Amino acid sequence: MKLTLKIWRQAGPGKAGKMETYPIDGISPDMSFLEMLDVLNNKLVTEGQEPVAFDHDCREGICGACSLYINGEAHGPDRGVTTCQLHMRKFKDGDTIYIEPWRAKAFPVIKDLVVDRGAFDRIMAAGGFVSVNTSGNTLDANSIPIPKDDADKAFDAATCIGCGACVASCKNSSAMLFVSAKVSQLALLPQGRVEAQRRVLNMVEQMDKEGFGNCTNTGACEVECPKGISLENIARMNREYIKAGLLSES
Amino acid sequence: MSKLNARIPEGPIDKKWTNHKNNIRLVNPANKRLIDVIVVGTGLAGGSAAASLAEMGYNVKAFCFQDSPRRAHSIAAQGGINAAKNYQNDGDSVYRLFYDTVKGGDYRSREANVYRLAEVSANIIDQCVAQGVPFAREYGGLLDNRSFGGVQVSRTFYAKGQTGQQLLLGAYSAMSRQIGLGRIKMYNRHEMLELVVVNGKARGIIARDLVTGEIERHSAHAVVIASGGYGNVFFLSTNAMGSNATASWKVHKKGALFANPCFTQIHPTCIPVSGDHQSKLTLMSESLRNDGRIWVPAKKEDAEAIRAGKLKPTQIPEEDRDYYLERRYPAFGNLVPRDVASRAAKERCDAGYGVNATGEAVYLDFASAIERYGREKANVEGIQNPSLEKIKELGKKVVEAKYGNLFQMYEKIVDQNPYETPMMIYPAVHYTMGGVWVDYNLMTTIPGCYAIGEANFSDHGANRLGASALMQGLADGYFVLPYTIGDYLADDIRTGAIPTDLPEFDEAEKAVVEQLQKFIANKGSKPVDYFHKKLGKIMWNEVGMARNESGLKKAIQEIRELRDEFHKEVMVPGELNGFNQELEKAWRVADFLELGELMALDALSRTESCGGHFREESQTEEGEAVRNDAEFTFVSAWEFTGDPGKAILHKEELVYENIELKTRSYK
Ligand SMILES: Cc1cc2nc3c(=O)[nH]c(=O)nc-3n(C[C@H](O)[C@H](O)[C@H](O)COP(=O)(O)OP(=O)(O)OC[C@H]3O[C@@H](n4cnc5c(N)ncnc54)[C@H](O)[C@@H]3O)c2cc1C
Ligand code: SF4
Ligand code: FES
Repeated sequence: MKLTLKIWRQAGPGKAGKMETYPIDGISPDMSFLEMLDVLNNKLVTEGQEPVAFDHDCREGICGACSLYINGEAHGPDRGVTTCQLHMRKFKDGDTIYIEPWRAKAFPVIKDLVVDRGAFDRIMAAGGFVSVNTSGNTLDANSIPIPKDDADKAFDAATCIGCGACVASCKNSSAMLFVSAKVSQLALLPQGRVEAQRRVLNMVEQMDKEGFGNCTNTGACEVECPKGISLENIARMNREYIKAGLLSES
Repeated sequence: MSKLNARIPEGPIDKKWTNHKNNIRLVNPANKRLIDVIVVGTGLAGGSAAASLAEMGYNVKAFCFQDSPRRAHSIAAQGGINAAKNYQNDGDSVYRLFYDTVKGGDYRSREANVYRLAEVSANIIDQCVAQGVPFAREYGGLLDNRSFGGVQVSRTFYAKGQTGQQLLLGAYSAMSRQIGLGRIKMYNRHEMLELVVVNGKARGIIARDLVTGEIERHSAHAVVIASGGYGNVFFLSTNAMGSNATASWKVHKKGALFANPCFTQIHPTCIPVSGDHQSKLTLMSESLRNDGRIWVPAKKEDAEAIRAGKLKPTQIPEEDRDYYLERRYPAFGNLVPRDVASRAAKERCDAGYGVNATGEAVYLDFASAIERYGREKANVEGIQNPSLEKIKELGKKVVEAKYGNLFQMYEKIVDQNPYETPMMIYPAVHYTMGGVWVDYNLMTTIPGCYAIGEANFSDHGANRLGASALMQGLADGYFVLPYTIGDYLADDIRTGAIPTDLPEFDEAEKAVVEQLQKFIANKGSKPVDYFHKKLGKIMWNEVGMARNESGLKKAIQEIRELRDEFHKEVMVPGELNGFNQELEKAWRVADFLELGELMALDALSRTESCGGHFREESQTEEGEAVRNDAEFTFVSAWEFTGDPGKAILHKEELVYENIELKTRSYK
């Protein structure tokens, strides 16, 4: 396949960036999108130019590191996959492909296509946990049976990979889907229930501090989320939040 | 011999750990605040260790090269984690888990360590459930189990095909809590490039801030290496792209012995290589072997027709299929350990029965599982005389609930639907049993420098059983290191903070900066990947699934030449002071090019076959591995002398007091 790539290049944080054009040839439909970028980068290096910086690690859709905005869609045109799982067979010979970083105030660009998603870690540190210390004598794992349905729902919420596609695809750059996934997972389990109120208040407060926008229920996040995290989680978080607000005022 | 004291406590095996814990020195809570610990790596091992140490009161500085601890390679583990809970009442026990692990490791691991691992395994599950890890459950609300290769009980806990993710997010949440409390200082996007040793003790590290390129000095009273395995020596492996050996290799070069470097695990069920562009290989979890049957055509002409695209696997009738694992190993069938399953696949493909264009693939087939589950389900739902179609429809749903994400992953990569046609799989490099040598306390031969998780060598001998790496990582981090490190740190309560302006820090930093500058200044013409791929080919061909003397000698020669060429010809664009991914790769590949040679040397010196290490010279007529206990019942621990090819071998004799050494048989 022969393609024209239009890629965002930015030397560093706060520097001006612009789209650059790179023609590329000899791409096989079986390559993954990132392997296609490897080919480009090795070519650039051989020519003595700086390769395009992008985040990636597992290359199998689970670590959440990869993060490209491809032809105006987070993680590209395929549904239910991350950029590293996207294959070139989804494109046609001769296509022009636009590749940009996540764009959100809370995710500043570090270089080229790499952004800083530290805000997610700080939200987690504000309450995304159960306060239990390590010890050799916690309760036996089977001492509290959990209805399979709740366990499955908690699991589904827990599969969020923290990639940030929800933020990037939201016109308000809201992080509600990400935050609600963690809030839901822990609220659905008896172990997490105890701190549910504190958790939701603290996580939402940190989310607001980080400069993420408000949720106006456009639903774009759910569509672009590679892990199918459901909007129901946002509804559940809103209920938790209102409940917590009422209780903390009384 | 003085270099290798394993410090195994006295007493009967089931009392060793308890006695040891009761007798080692403790650091009282007020004094813990005066002590700094560096943890390099935030995977399951490092993440759990950092959280636990911080909960106990130590000041922890944790490092990872990803942008968040949540992305460590552990996140990709799929199938599950073992624990001797015996919830299924199928006769499991601490002893049985211990026995299976030692046997699975082909009798090349240390009894006392493995027993302790089995002992704390149950606590891990309790701890994770308390953190909110959503393990799979049965309708009654209790935890579900599955079985993994090499064992005959169901002791594997899982969360669909994302067990590693859920466990890592559990450890990450425990870390996050401590980060919020200010007890862990987290250094994301930082890479440790050197260990600093002061007066014979590990006292700090030199790290590079991968965003600004700044070289930093960090001091501590102890340094814990939890940087994972070195499978990426092979370039193509199931490891994450960034997984590397640098931290382990640097401590080795500073004096820590490196144990059993040639013990590599080649996993039998991975998606086959499709072309030269390939950057990594994707694992299809071993749990699939619970339900999938492995086969190749029994007739060569069928295999040829399949390779030519003229025949489909579904067109081959039952009687013309060779379920070679079930045929060769009737007792364990598709659930033989990984090394055995991998070699059997290679044997069939080498003999001309491979089923994809390259001839290097076998089938993993779910058709009979889909039918079996479908019938069960129809029964449960009270459907009378269901049609085959209905059965398949019901069966597919059951299979989807169990392995849905794996099937989806497969389909995305291969563009074939595994519910309809068998998967194609082939062995790939997956895990490294070898690693930094540690004693019973998980301390390396450098005082104050510890190694945990896949980075050490301790528990899996010559072959790791499925679902045991997660167990070991969390055992080390949650339940072992936090105790054993106190014994060492008890001496440091009055030391005070370690200054970073010591001459040892100056020297270490200078060496790092010089090497980095060399890379940037090099006027080479080839990208790092060129060398990494070449190294990978040498390793795969000569130090892979089957090894022999002449191949290993050739490999050593070729690696040395490649290393020279790399340092002359590598091209690293960009700057030292800034985000530079090519520079990161160059540094890592430079270390792989040294470690690869040591692996070949180790494989050459071990003329027996054991576990994942198969020496062609040492096999039976039927091609089964032949171990040589009389000469090789030891751990090979290598000392660095300035040249990886001139490393000195130290032997830790392995003593089996509780398990009788037997020929491993899965027949
Ligand atoms: C695809 C796949 C599936 C698997 N499935 C299973 C399974 O089902 N069950 C099972 O038991 N095991 C499984 N394993 C094995 C298991 O996942 C690993 O052995 C285990 O997770 C390793 O954990 P770790 O904490 O030792 O290292 P890792 O998770 O590899 O973490 C390494 C950490 O070190 C950091 N690091 C490395 N070098 C440096 C440096 N120089 N400076 C700073 N930081 C550094 C990294 O950033 C990272 O945080 C699987 C492995 C793979 C590849
Ligand atoms: S909710 Fe979905 S899109 Fe958002 S971070 Fe999680 S996985 Fe990514
Ligand atoms: S690289 Fe890990 S999710 Fe894409």
